[in-house]
Amino acid sequence: MTPSTTPAIELIGIDKRFGPVHANKDVTLTIRQGSIHGIIGENGAGKSTLMSILFGFYQADKGEIRVKGQPLKIRSSSDAIAHGIGMVHQHFMLVDTFTVLENVVLGAEGGALIGPALAKARETLTHLSQDYEMDVDPDAIVGELPVGLQQRVEILKALFKGAETLILDEPTGVLTPDEADHLFRILGQLRDQGKTVILITHKLREIMAITDHVTVMRRGELVATFETKKTNVEELAEAMVGRRVLLHVDKSPAKPGVVVLDVKNVTWKDKKGIARVDNVSFNVRAGEIVGIAGVSGNGQSELLDVIAGITRPASGEIIFEGKSIGQLADPRHLREEGLAHVPEDRQHRGLISSFDASESGILGWHYDESLGHGFRLDRDKVVARCTKEMAEFDVRPGNPLLKSSKFSGGNQQKIILAREIARDPDLLIVGQPTRGVEANERELGLRMAGVMREAA
Amino acid sequence: MIKKLLGAAALTALMAVSAFAADDKPAIVFDIGGKFDKSFNESMFNGSEKFKTETGVAYGEFEIANEAQREQAIRNFADQGYSPIIAAGFAQAAALEKVAKEYPDLKFAIVDMVVDLPNVQSIVFKEHEGSYLVGIMAAMASKSGKVGFVGGMDIPLIRKFGCGYVQGVKAAKADATVFQNMTGDTGAAWNDPVKGGEITKSQMSQGADVIYAAAGATGLGVLQAAADGGALSIGVDANQNYLHPGKVLTSMLKRVDVAVYNVMKSGKDGSFKGGVQALGLAEDGVGYAMDDNNKPLVTPEMQAAVEKAKADIISGAVKVHDYTEDNKCPVE
Amino acid sequence: MSARGELRGWADVALIPVLNLVVALLVSGIVVLIIGESPMEAMWIMLKGAVGSIKGWSYLLYYSTNFIFTGLAVAVAFHAGLFNIGGEGQAYIAGLGATMTGLGLEFLPWPIVIPLAVLMSALFGAFWGWVPGYLQAKRGSHIVITTIMFNFIASSLMVYFINYWLRPVGKMAVESRAVGNFDFSTFDLTGAYIPSLRELSLAIFGYRLPSSPLNPTFLFALAVAWAVWYLLWRTKLGYEIRAVGANTDAAVYAGIRPQKIIMVTMAISGGLAGLLAVNEVLGAQHRLVLEYVQGAGFVGIAVALMGRSHPVGIVLAAMLFGLLYQGGTELSFAKPEINRDMIVVIQGLVILFMGALEQTFRPWLEALFFRAED
Repeated sequence: MTPSTTPAIELIGIDKRFGPVHANKDVTLTIRQGSIHGIIGENGAGKSTLMSILFGFYQADKGEIRVKGQPLKIRSSSDAIAHGIGMVHQHFMLVDTFTVLENVVLGAEGGALIGPALAKARETLTHLSQDYEMDVDPDAIVGELPVGLQQRVEILKALFKGAETLILDEPTGVLTPDEADHLFRILGQLRDQGKTVILITHKLREIMAITDHVTVMRRGELVATFETKKTNVEELAEAMVGRRVLLHVDKSPAKPGVVVLDVKNVTWKDKKGIARVDNVSFNVRAGEIVGIAGVSGNGQSELLDVIAGITRPASGEIIFEGKSIGQLADPRHLREEGLAHVPEDRQHRGLISSFDASESGILGWHYDESLGHGFRLDRDKVVARCTKEMAEFDVRPGNPLLKSSKFSGGNQQKIILAREIARDPDLLIVGQPTRGVEANERELGLRMAGVMREAA
Repeated sequence: MIKKLLGAAALTALMAVSAFAADDKPAIVFDIGGKFDKSFNESMFNGSEKFKTETGVAYGEFEIANEAQREQAIRNFADQGYSPIIAAGFAQAAALEKVAKEYPDLKFAIVDMVVDLPNVQSIVFKEHEGSYLVGIMAAMASKSGKVGFVGGMDIPLIRKFGCGYVQGVKAAKADATVFQNMTGDTGAAWNDPVKGGEITKSQMSQGADVIYAAAGATGLGVLQAAADGGALSIGVDANQNYLHPGKVLTSMLKRVDVAVYNVMKSGKDGSFKGGVQALGLAEDGVGYAMDDNNKPLVTPEMQAAVEKAKADIISGAVKVHDYTEDNKCPVE
Repeated sequence: MSARGELRGWADVALIPVLNLVVALLVSGIVVLIIGESPMEAMWIMLKGAVGSIKGWSYLLYYSTNFIFTGLAVAVAFHAGLFNIGGEGQAYIAGLGATMTGLGLEFLPWPIVIPLAVLMSALFGAFWGWVPGYLQAKRGSHIVITTIMFNFIASSLMVYFINYWLRPVGKMAVESRAVGNFDFSTFDLTGAYIPSLRELSLAIFGYRLPSSPLNPTFLFALAVAWAVWYLLWRTKLGYEIRAVGANTDAAVYAGIRPQKIIMVTMAISGGLAGLLAVNEVLGAQHRLVLEYVQGAGFVGIAVALMGRSHPVGIVLAAMLFGLLYQGGTELSFAKPEINRDMIVVIQGLVILFMGALEQTFRPWLEALFFRAED
């Protein structure tokens, strides 16, 4: 279908501040009808804020939104939905215990009795599902569906409510490559049927694979909009970061030393008794970087938890620097022995978002005598320590009293890394070191790993 | 509107000043049960109201909401010069004693407890005597030879009711059985008609056909359950015969209303005296109720027996044991 | 939505509570109007009664002392993510500890008995908080349910203890013997009797203060509030408590054992609630009276909510509730038409607006502020 001449969405001069943070600076963006439009940028670049304004979560301080040429005030998400804008959030907004059908109808029940709405919805849903190869059973319980299908339910929900423009926020973060490919096929079909798709992502590969246009944002500003066909990964990365980027690390050859960690036949079972880590053995020597690869959800996270002492293995043994730690270990013990751990889920585990940076900066080491004698915790020492670490690792803003949640993902990562490396550990475990981290920060992280290896 | 309100506030400020001149106005401090408990507190409230309508003198009143307010309330009235100040109920004894010591010129009274100070009149009742009389009636009215007693909170005062009652029952019918139950151990036991009803049904199922309630508002449940189940009941404190005409045998009268009225009156005419007033049958402080509602239930023989017992107690020929003297009851 | 606009500090801690209070008072005013009294006058009587005289202030501070303890108890548990609504029962049981120490060790001099009685109050309360903590940590029984249940258990147990152990034979009122005595003419202090400020001032300066149950426990409560602040923000244990409350996963990652922290926190929380016994049993009633806590444990929840679980806020909120209690008493003296049940309604409205509906005006206020800043 040929794109119509009226743009689906026009954002004109959008400006938004949160206190001192200027989240969107005079952003003007046009999105063509019947196209897939990517928006990329580092964390804190203002992509999510911009989309939240479009979806009615926030009100812009200045600027205008036009949908199909009509200037509109979007005051809430229901306003947005009424004007044909739908959003699929990074974290699904689904009721786990409801069926697919019930979830789809949620918010559009239309009257006190649910029966008629459900019957009508079932019909519409079946149509939609067929039209777009969604392949979703309307009577399945959402909580029991795999993540990829749950995401499709979200898309169906938006379509059911009449969405002409669909915003997807980091849709592939939770998907396996297969699922992601299926999603892209669905998005392609949506476009072919004349729908407009806005895709927010970090992943340059996805941008190149499916978008028609791509907009790059940096520090609240719109840097440039490209036609995808006429650009390349290097150009986009540069636009995101504002300078040339190293996408591969020049590393010196490893010089492996003694065995630091020896994992022998480790098995870990979840609450249902299913072995999520099944008889795993490997070892790590001093001075080497060992990668554990696999599609998310195949036991890597669980394995790291076992090694870090957070969970106990059902069987097998872990030997760290000659000591067996398998059954007795707890994280505190291991940390003292020289094992540092940057957890996979940094925001929810690596730090405490409601604590200030200095307090997050001592998590796990808070009981240390250097932070206060006996039961005391010396606030001055805690802050001083964080100030020092922030300077060393170039954390921005370098304010130890700022709430942890106010830092961008990359800077949170640095706070955690600084804390874990500061003790000069013998072994550093890092879960998903590049997740949620932007290109330039990723580069720094990789370099750090390299430095660690050289030093070990 | 706002002007009006401000005006009202200014007016109150003036009134507040005049309120201090409260000489010879009586005051009463009700206990936690509240003045509308249909029993002890309400009876005293009625006595106060009677005084007000007869003399036209307004009185101060306060309902306690927490422990600290006992002393605060009594003291507040004392500060304002109210006299006599009546403390309703034994729980206020400690607070009253403290305040009365500091205000030797004011007059105080307490019901159901003795506070040994020259400016305090302690009013206690010989509930055992009245209970003895209704016990006789219960035994004579019972066809099964089994009667019941439902007490409120398990305290010596209520045991005193029960003990007098049992003595009366046994005096009339030596082989009679008396079922005795208390509703609870807390203040809530005064105000639990549902539980009162349950206890009554249980006693009735064991054969009791006359049941005496000495349990405050809980007793309302006892009277109701007895009336529903075809048994007779006996009310307490006030005349409760009217509650279920023809189904309440009689009521054990404890004239706290009269006592309160008398204290207020004596304060007004200057005849107030400190010391203990033990009000029994002789003083008409306790008694049994006769009216049109229970006339068909009381036979001439019953009335004669009760009247004889009353005369014997007043003359001293019969002595009813007071449970609180030794915390024991000679009969069960 | 972490990027959500947030209000500036002062607006958050001061303006919103004040606004809520004003609305609560307005609604109370309407209620007063409905029963045919003048709201302005009622408000004036309450204010004058509570802060217009030394006597009013004394009662206000006396009530506040109770609420500081129970408010702190709720707040400490909040920080560990626990909702301790068992302050009532913990304080009640603590009364037993205070009384038994006072009565059992009467022969010892007061400088020994009083600290011991204070300690026992805290320990008894701590035990009553620890048990639900243990059940939550080891058995997964929800703390809200267990603490409520423990209020009932405490109530029944105490009826038994006071009736059958502590009540002197033949005594009508369900209460223990006095825990001590104070003769201010000779300064003869026996047992675990904490004299009131009035008695102390008479004994030391010969100056007669208006009578009230206010006693030095108020100062102790302020010290305890400071200690709670120190515990939460200046000790390693406090750090662990807050970490567990803010993010259990992160705490586990850090090697903190949430089970242990839950038990310790509940014991601390119970101990704080238990200190109410110091004010009431040792300082005000000087005896253990049936049901002596009189709802102060529940008021503590409102106080903690209003005080944002911060000791400074809690002291201020406790004083506000002290004002409502004392002002309410004076109001029912002055206006018998506004009886004690009406006072409860007014207090309830304040709790409703300051606690449950605390966030009602936030979005509105935020919008106002951000518009103003442009």
